[in-house]
Amino acid sequence: MPAPIIKVDAISKSFGAFKVLDGLSMQVMPGEKLALIGPSGSGKTTILRILMTLEKIDGGHIQIDGEQLYHMERNGQLLAADERHLAKMRQKIGMVFQLFNLFPHKCVMDNVTLAPMLTKGVARAAAEKRAMELLEMVGMADKAKAMPAQLSGGQKQRVAIARALALSPKIMLFDEVTSALDPELVEEVLNVMRKLAAETDMTMLLVTHEMGFAHDFADRVLFFDRGRIVEEGKPDEIFRHPKQERTQGFLKKIIAAGHRV
Amino acid sequence: MTQWSGYLGLILQGALVTIELTLMGSVLALIMAFLAGMGRLSRYFVLRALATAYIEFFRGTSIFVQLFWVYFVLPLAGISLTPLQAGVLALGLNVGAYAAEVVRGAIQSVGREQYEACIALNLGRWQGMRHVILPQALLVMLPTFGNNAIELLKATSVVSLISLADLTFQAQVVRSQTGNTLMPFTTILIIYFVLALIISWGVRSLERRMARGLDGVRV
Repeated sequence: MPAPIIKVDAISKSFGAFKVLDGLSMQVMPGEKLALIGPSGSGKTTILRILMTLEKIDGGHIQIDGEQLYHMERNGQLLAADERHLAKMRQKIGMVFQLFNLFPHKCVMDNVTLAPMLTKGVARAAAEKRAMELLEMVGMADKAKAMPAQLSGGQKQRVAIARALALSPKIMLFDEVTSALDPELVEEVLNVMRKLAAETDMTMLLVTHEMGFAHDFADRVLFFDRGRIVEEGKPDEIFRHPKQERTQGFLKKIIAAGHRV
Repeated sequence: MTQWSGYLGLILQGALVTIELTLMGSVLALIMAFLAGMGRLSRYFVLRALATAYIEFFRGTSIFVQLFWVYFVLPLAGISLTPLQAGVLALGLNVGAYAAEVVRGAIQSVGREQYEACIALNLGRWQGMRHVILPQALLVMLPTFGNNAIELLKATSVVSLISLADLTFQAQVVRSQTGNTLMPFTTILIIYFVLALIISWGVRSLERRMARGLDGVRV
């Protein structure tokens, strides 16, 4: 059995007096597609942000691909990670944000090529060739010269996915990537993600309110509540036969709100 | 009439000095603004303290006094400057202190999500600043930089007090030689105004050029 690519061990995180993550532990296998669901404030987005090193942790350990994320070993001692260690670890991880976070002053092509050129020293020609392939894959090749302001939300998000892929991370984090989109634009982004899941063996973690998509996409679903994983299992088990009362209550509310399961 | 054109020549010579001072002072102010503005946002306490001290001191004291210090007091410490050097130094440091706050504010106005995108794409702090944050912040700075440059232009008249032959100084010369007040002071009034207009136009067209394609992003 292969080793887990992500190992989260007793992570805690508070914002002020509010405990977002309360001794959270979880493991993800290489290539696994994970859906993180749960009410807002349950900590599912926070754990994604922690994996991307956008938040500091208060306690616990995380291993990515066999290496400590927030710690580094020096002469047998475990020290807090410095910026160089974090930069090395970030190479393994990419993230797509709810609000796209494209660079508004750069065209689509430059958004995608900037990081590979700066962080990996890829030559412009090679970076643009790779960017074109990625833009092709997300169906945005014809907009390579467009500015982000000229794109729809769905198009922006597809560019953001291409931008994250350009660094060839082993792990991709998707943080509510369709929540800010008009309903008719959701499908084009989900299609890209389906394709990605089918064509690559990347490990993917997805925070979503699209229960129907989570059901089809994920190998495993984690239900978060109050900073803990309350229930986890195969999509069918969680969505059709949830065992925990809190999972049942959450799904009932979601269905009442008109979401497909 | 020929007499007036001679005096006008004097004033135009002064205009050249004023333009020279404005350009060189603006370059120094710009450098100081970025050094101090980014210094205030530094992770290092010493840099923050230095930047804050500079900004507060030069905003909090009069440009007259600063100029007199640079020109009359520094020589006591063995540093003698020409009137032009003293003028550029005092003007650049003074206006730079104001512009530093513009730089700081503009950098801070760039949304947190842009910084987070930089981290997610593994850009280093300086890479993110240089390629992502500053280009966006520059657009926010520009209009206020235009104001600062006009302020600097108008402040150049203080150098007439250390006998640098700028516009205002030359106007005084013409007045004392002819006894006419209306002609020299009306002339330099118009010249200052035209120079300020040119700065305004320049900054605005720069702004337009940089904002191209950014529709919907301007705050």
